[in-house]
Amino acid sequence: MSTVTAPADTTKAPAKKSGGFTAAASNYLDERTSISAAVKEFGRKIFPDHWSFLLGEVALYSFVIILLSGTFLTFFFQASMAEVHYEGSYIPLKGVEMSAAMASTLDISFDIRGGLLMRQVHHWAALLFVASIGLHMLRVFFTGAFRKPRELNWVIGFVLFILAMAEGFTGYSLPDDLLSGNGLRIIDGMVKGIPVIGTWTSYLLFGGEFPGTEIVGRLYSLHILLLPAMVLAFIALHLLFVVVHKHTQYAGPGHTEQNVVGYPVLPVYAAKAGGFFFIVFGVVMLIASLFTINPIWNYGPYDPSPVSAGTQPDWYIGFADGGLRLAPSNLDLVLFNHTFSFGILLPLAVIGIFIVAVMFYPFLEAWITGDKREHHILDRPRNAATRTAIGAAGVTFYAVLWAAASSDIIATHFSVTMEGVIRTLQVLLFVGPVIAYFVTKRICLGLQKKDREIALHGYESGRIVRLPGGEYIEVHEPVSDYERWKLASHEEYKPLMIRPNSRGKITVAQKVRAGLSRWFFEDRISPVTRTEIESSHGDHH
Amino acid sequence: MFRTHTRSPRQSRNTGRRSPLATTALIAVGLLFTGGAYAAFSTTTASAETSHAASAGTVEEGKKLFQANCASCHGLALQGTDDGPSLIGVGSASVDFQVGTGRMPLQAQGPQAPVKPVQFTDEQVRALAEYVATTGPGPSIPDESLLQADGDAANGAELFRVNCAMCHNVAGAGGALTEGKYAPALTGVEPVHIYEAMVTGPQNMPVFNDANLSPEDKRDIITALKFTQENSTVGGHALGSLGPVAEGLFIWIFGLGAIVALTVWITARSN
Repeated sequence: MSTVTAPADTTKAPAKKSGGFTAAASNYLDERTSISAAVKEFGRKIFPDHWSFLLGEVALYSFVIILLSGTFLTFFFQASMAEVHYEGSYIPLKGVEMSAAMASTLDISFDIRGGLLMRQVHHWAALLFVASIGLHMLRVFFTGAFRKPRELNWVIGFVLFILAMAEGFTGYSLPDDLLSGNGLRIIDGMVKGIPVIGTWTSYLLFGGEFPGTEIVGRLYSLHILLLPAMVLAFIALHLLFVVVHKHTQYAGPGHTEQNVVGYPVLPVYAAKAGGFFFIVFGVVMLIASLFTINPIWNYGPYDPSPVSAGTQPDWYIGFADGGLRLAPSNLDLVLFNHTFSFGILLPLAVIGIFIVAVMFYPFLEAWITGDKREHHILDRPRNAATRTAIGAAGVTFYAVLWAAASSDIIATHFSVTMEGVIRTLQVLLFVGPVIAYFVTKRICLGLQKKDREIALHGYESGRIVRLPGGEYIEVHEPVSDYERWKLASHEEYKPLMIRPNSRGKITVAQKVRAGLSRWFFEDRISPVTRTEIESSHGDHH
Repeated sequence: MFRTHTRSPRQSRNTGRRSPLATTALIAVGLLFTGGAYAAFSTTTASAETSHAASAGTVEEGKKLFQANCASCHGLALQGTDDGPSLIGVGSASVDFQVGTGRMPLQAQGPQAPVKPVQFTDEQVRALAEYVATTGPGPSIPDESLLQADGDAANGAELFRVNCAMCHNVAGAGGALTEGKYAPALTGVEPVHIYEAMVTGPQNMPVFNDANLSPEDKRDIITALKFTQENSTVGGHALGSLGPVAEGLFIWIFGLGAIVALTVWITARSN
């Protein structure tokens, strides 16, 4: 943040015209870098103020925390699988044979001052990083912020999400403890389950038969070099697009598709954002100092023979692990002397399709709705009922996979059978999203109806008045103009008509599109129109 | 008896206190007093010292307890019924484990006997164990010297990872088995019960006999478990030692929850 706050002085200084060191310094800098133009442009960027717009920032700040703590860890971590005998201060592992990676991680935890705190900061910040990306994505999805012109930025953000998961998984595997070794073994099994190329790929990856002596070094190179560089590059691109597109905003009085209402970056917003970085850092620090994460000393060094009960990946890989757990295990098919393990291929395919569907959803929705306009004002989730319902279905699908990754812990902690948990989740995986879709859609439409009612007739005040003629009426309090704007300013969509193309033919694609569009917009509540509002003014009930 | 004894000193007066009968009389009086005192005390408190001396009595008490509390499932002659297995030859260790952790008597048939509050006093458990042990040879309650958690923790931890972690979890947090059965968490379990579980293999647990894991190995495992439990808070609160599931839930609920609350706070000021 120093890059933002330092130039703040440069803009202020000329205004004061009092000279002094700041003015001289900023003048010196400007004469040599012409930075004032950039500061002027960037400093006047407007950011609207809403808590949900800060979630992406949380992800960014977590990443900065990860970079800082990760750098500390590289000073002491040895990415080597050379066998050593642990001679550090943790008694139950004294003299035990392990890899240098594990031994150095134990040293970081027990013998290097501040090492354990830094490890925990790094790991907690990593969990927060991916979690805040997830929440940020949900915000963007449910408010329709991915619509034109931001479709590409959605894809970039989604690539960042995948990269973050890759970063997490490579990091999780580095200490070479029992838990991470079990995780790698699952990956190895999945790779080997791919027909024809699987075994070769696994040997290539591990430099021979699992676990070999190579994998930690290789993952380390990816973890600290290639992946962070890619994350940084995509973050830069992501933010560049935010600047180019300008920020979206929620509907409100004075908010149009052509303007952005909010605060300029300098000075208030930059100060706020800078302060928020330290708040996030503080929260991570607090969690890391109070709560254990990944106690590798409990797990012990990796050895292919023991597998611990309750072995799970970190939360963001959980959905893939859940997919493996839910897939029927007896689906092996032997063809041409090759075994096809559909217990592995099926979840791989389903998860792959799910990821691709989420990644390209903006293009899909744009095609279905036929909407080619730019959108800078966000939807309230209820006003895009079908999209919100699709999102709820997707969240349910993901949540079921995620829950499945902890099926054994659910079984022990709620005193139910493991088989019962798996069966239930298998059914829920298919039924849950359907239920979520219809329930959410009905709730959205109901809320729209209520909004319409309030916009036209105001709130129920609960005050009953008897008129001179003996009639009783309930007094409705009218909503303020500001409120009504929020309730009534959204647009109405209608299903696309089937139109013949230039050669007068109706193609199959057109029919599909029209069908999908009907599905999207058939159930809808018309937004309140100006005439309706005006005619309702004389109304008193 | 009483009469003959009281009469004997009278006879001894004739022959003097050197009469051979005098010794007998003294012993008789002594026995009378100690026996009476014992009878008076044993109804109120059963002292630990006497348990060794009166083993036969303990067995008898154990038998009564067994008949009253266990025989409906295990049979009056420990032969077993449709509701419970035979206990002939299970040894005192098995009884001490099952009853001493509250698993037995079972409250209801289920996939597995859960741990619950212990229903008997230590002496009663001991009596039951001794009674069952008389019916056939079996693993006995281990010697105190093996339960001090003073062995080689490194060896124990390694043995635990290889032999126990696949069910009990590498941190001893427990794990799920099939059809509602489970390997219980090992936190807070008495060393004697850990040892007994290894030698008797209760419920779904396999037996680790002395050829498999020597008594010293078992001592080492207990040492490692106790060490882990006493030092589990190295990095702060352990979150139940459940690993990534607990960590993930924590960051979503409390981590992200706190962050979202802070974002609301930071943006609410301007309104």
